[in-house]
Amino acid sequence: MSDVKTEHKPESFTNREYEAGFITDIETDTLPPGLDEDVIRHISAKKNEPEWLLNWRLEAFRHWQTMTEPHWPNVTYPPIDYQSVSYYSAPKSQADGPKSLDEVDPKLLETYAKLGIPLREQEFLAGVAVDAVFDSVSVATTFKGKLKDAGVIFCPISEAVQEYPELVQQYLGTVVPTGDNFYAALNSAVFTDGSFVYIPKGVRCPMELSTYFRINALNTGQFERTLIIADKGSYVSYLEGCTAPQRDENQLHAAVVELVILDDAQIKYSTVQNWYPGDENGIGGIYNFVTKRADCRGQRARVSWTQVETGSAITWKYPSCVLRGDDSVGEFYSVALTKMHQQADTGTKMIHIGKNTSSTIVSKGISAGFGQQSYRGLVRIAKSAEGARNHTQCDSLLIGDKCGAHTFPYVEVKNPTATMEHEASTSKIGEDQLFYCQSRGISEEDAVNMIVNGFCKDVFNELPMEFAVEANRLMEVSLEGAVG
Amino acid sequence: MIEIKDLHASVDGKAILKGINLTIGAGEVHAIMGPNGSGKSTLSNIIAGRDGYTVTKGSITYKGKNLLEMSPEQRSWEGIFLAFQYPVEIPGVNNTYLLKAGVNAKRKHQGLQELDAIEFLQIVREKAKLVELDQSFLSRGVNEGFSGGEKKRNEIFQMAVLEPSLALLDETDSGLDIDALRIVANGVNHLRSKDRSVVMVTHYQRLLDYIQPDVVHVLMDGKILKTGGKDLALELEERGYDWVRQEAAA
Ligand SMILES: Nc1ncnc2c1ncn2[C@@H]1O[C@H](COP(=O)(O)OP(=O)(O)O)[C@@H](O)[C@H]1O
Ligand SMILES: [Mg+2]
Repeated sequence: MSDVKTEHKPESFTNREYEAGFITDIETDTLPPGLDEDVIRHISAKKNEPEWLLNWRLEAFRHWQTMTEPHWPNVTYPPIDYQSVSYYSAPKSQADGPKSLDEVDPKLLETYAKLGIPLREQEFLAGVAVDAVFDSVSVATTFKGKLKDAGVIFCPISEAVQEYPELVQQYLGTVVPTGDNFYAALNSAVFTDGSFVYIPKGVRCPMELSTYFRINALNTGQFERTLIIADKGSYVSYLEGCTAPQRDENQLHAAVVELVILDDAQIKYSTVQNWYPGDENGIGGIYNFVTKRADCRGQRARVSWTQVETGSAITWKYPSCVLRGDDSVGEFYSVALTKMHQQADTGTKMIHIGKNTSSTIVSKGISAGFGQQSYRGLVRIAKSAEGARNHTQCDSLLIGDKCGAHTFPYVEVKNPTATMEHEASTSKIGEDQLFYCQSRGISEEDAVNMIVNGFCKDVFNELPMEFAVEANRLMEVSLEGAVG
Repeated sequence: MIEIKDLHASVDGKAILKGINLTIGAGEVHAIMGPNGSGKSTLSNIIAGRDGYTVTKGSITYKGKNLLEMSPEQRSWEGIFLAFQYPVEIPGVNNTYLLKAGVNAKRKHQGLQELDAIEFLQIVREKAKLVELDQSFLSRGVNEGFSGGEKKRNEIFQMAVLEPSLALLDETDSGLDIDALRIVANGVNHLRSKDRSVVMVTHYQRLLDYIQPDVVHVLMDGKILKTGGKDLALELEERGYDWVRQEAAA
């Protein structure tokens, strides 16, 4: 029944009036703004990286210099001066990376506790391991020991470079090549931290893995890089959450996430993104330019992206699935909310290459206030993809009459045996629906929440239980004052 | 229970109700009949508090309070219930969840402890039985994919759970087969008590065979042109409405 409430109601990511907007006053080691090869050498040296990785970064940087920012997304913002951004900031106390939780700066523990993410293992949600990334560095990873016993590697990517260099070298950049797009190239050049996960053959990861990204420092970009490898027959469910302080300046976030899925393996990747969206006049907020891609390299490999996106001033994000292995399956479930002056251009790409590959797209867009949202999706069926199937469902819900919803579905079918289904709808929260709820004793605000949550249900159902509850709440908080 | 005095109301500047006078005492069942477009739904909607109507003159007093000042949810907490002529679908919102939110909002308003999921489920199961609504409807989206008759039965089910003091049934009988009609009537009769009142908007005498009204009104041209006992309904069925207008004009 939908009435079941979990006792444990995590408060993370969601806070009235963007309570995640506080700033942690902590001494930092921050590079001055600007980007050149010296900055990249500096970052690489800070992280004590091997030669190959420095060269990889420099190559990406040189490529990036030849590229131009994409202007096809349906969003508008003033030009970004990439030389005015600082590309590295870390809490001073964390310079050498904490050896254990006891060494983590109490100020950081406090920051995460305030966000509802207690990093002390005994306090944290049972069954969820967390990697906490603060600006450019990972500050803590919990339950490492327990995971290690299962053979699972879950650590900051900077640590993986030291400890498991051969794994990193084998897979890094193989899903999203350095020159893939403008932001991916930038990320490859300057990425600072992020999570690394390796699930060995036949292992079902014994707990949920989660990374919590926090941008704190002023004028700093966050460029995290996540790499997850699910070896044959393995399974992992991974969740990322994001918040940032409330600042009048826009801040840049350009992440890359690469997923590699081998034969019979499965990755379930969930995102609850609540970056600071800017204020009611559209001042401030995070620019969220993200490249996420999963490569189903093996037969019967499965991947699902589930995202709940309520934050950021501008979102540019298309988690994609390359269905290379025969019978591989890709899924994309998305709820995106744009309110106030938020703009989002988001969707997915499903690239069918293997035989009998199938993909599902469920996109739910909600616009309120002056929010503008575009769904942009590509389904490509290659000539080799005999018997491929896609089902796309793309619904938009409008609250008020100053917001907008747009859809750009692209379909390329090179194999005639493909089965394609597409459903789309745009609706307004009806006065009649609101009145119906009110006449049953429910306030207008609760009625809006109820209707929106109903609209999002197919997506929320895909989230792990604890986070589904949280996603509901995040929606409620985000919608506060959106109507009326 | 409710006293409506000289109620005038318009939509988009168009006058629809032109001086309604209606008093309904506790425990009474009134039927309102009248041709299409005469303002029956408008009256029900105004009592329930729907937006979009302008009351240009007159008053509605409910349990001694000025009803027109209350929000629709407050009216619900005070015991007003409208069974919609056209119930809306709310996809993905669980039927029971909606009702539980409504019941608990009301209990909160009354200073009562909110019901937990188990207590509520018990009530809901019992009421569903009363209107012979299959359990599967309880967990479906509100009216989502329900047939016309199922939607109407769901309205009566909601009424049974919310236990209103004043129930307005807007053409709940339209489009029902005889079995469904019996079930709906059963639900209404079950609710009848000396401190509850019912207003039934209907076109058909047959509902009144199952639910005996104390008073029958004819609403035409935005006014109540005639009031009588249940025999009036029979007469309307036989003779139509024109004679009422002629009689009123005379
Ligand atoms: N929202 C509205 N906008 C414009 N006209 C309306 C609206 N609601 C009702 N009306 C008009 O008011 C009159 C009475 O309608 P209604 O109350 O629905 O009648 P009944 O329920 O008796 O059939 C009709 O002429 C109808 O067209
Ligand atoms: Mg009507």
